[in-house]
Amino acid sequence: MSGIENFDARSCVLLRLGERRFALTAEHIAELVAPSRVFRFAHRTPEIDGVILRRGRVVPVCDVAERLTGKKLTYRRFYLIATRRSGATLDWVALPVSGECELITADLTPAGASDSPHVLAWISHDGEVIEVLNLDALAPNSAQTALAQNSSQPEAHA
Amino acid sequence: MQLAAAHKSPSVRTEQIILFRCSSQVFAISSAAVQEVRSVDSLAGSPQEITEPTLPKVRHMFRRGERNLYVVNAAIHFGLRPSPSALLFLLRKSRAALLIDGIEKMTTMTRLQALPAAFCHEERLWYRGLTVLDQTVVPVVSPSGFLTAEELFLLDTVAARLAVPESSPTTEVGLGL
Repeated sequence: MSGIENFDARSCVLLRLGERRFALTAEHIAELVAPSRVFRFAHRTPEIDGVILRRGRVVPVCDVAERLTGKKLTYRRFYLIATRRSGATLDWVALPVSGECELITADLTPAGASDSPHVLAWISHDGEVIEVLNLDALAPNSAQTALAQNSSQPEAHA
Repeated sequence: MQLAAAHKSPSVRTEQIILFRCSSQVFAISSAAVQEVRSVDSLAGSPQEITEPTLPKVRHMFRRGERNLYVVNAAIHFGLRPSPSALLFLLRKSRAALLIDGIEKMTTMTRLQALPAAFCHEERLWYRGLTVLDQTVVPVVSPSGFLTAEELFLLDTVAARLAVPESSPTTEVGLGL
């Protein structure tokens, strides 16, 4: 996910996780889909709940609500399917959300050094200050894990 | 039961697979990777207990020719609830034998999707990828993922301390599982 260098008007998708709202830049959203069957199989990545099938593609389901709000979602209204670059390929991740999503245009304020890694930027909307999420810091990524393991320099990863 | 290596059609890229059950979950393995399927009760040779506390998934081994084969309990390997195992896959070009609950069926897969990058732990060694069969996602196991080189070295070290009798075709000894 590209960094935010300056104040910048961008299309964003607002998403609801329990009582809170967050945003993702629209360029990283593929689609919003109704919940479908989650296929679960043995694995050791705790952030991943399972996978769903979407247009013949296997999409991992990553529930970020507990990490962002401290509570697991009790109700999944939709899956917001986001994309990110992972090496040479485009990686899809399904984020369960608990309410309607909204497409808005807002000025992005870059995240500061003291902000959490999952915060890419901030937007102000309807009198509310909302975090724009950095998907790379929220959803696990084997490419980043491999980089971290191969790097001799200590590196912060979510 | 002896399984012949799967033939690949030159025109259609398909792969014959075996769907097997392990602790109520279904996995797939290429039939070309399975040399023999044995009942645990009719395994020729003398399975011997082997104990390595860091590798609870391996509790038995037996000798075939010059090599020790190590029996990997698939349920423990995948972190699933242990269940009564009935069958053993002897894997081709591998020193692991896989203890499973049973075979679901043999079928053909036409597409193997890479494991999504969001999976970033041991499962990347466990699986070659995922396939979709009848609108169901099935993980396709990697035959080389059951025992790493380090684990084999460790097991060989433990086995070297044990006297392993040569496999005898006249001896029918079960794994007692």
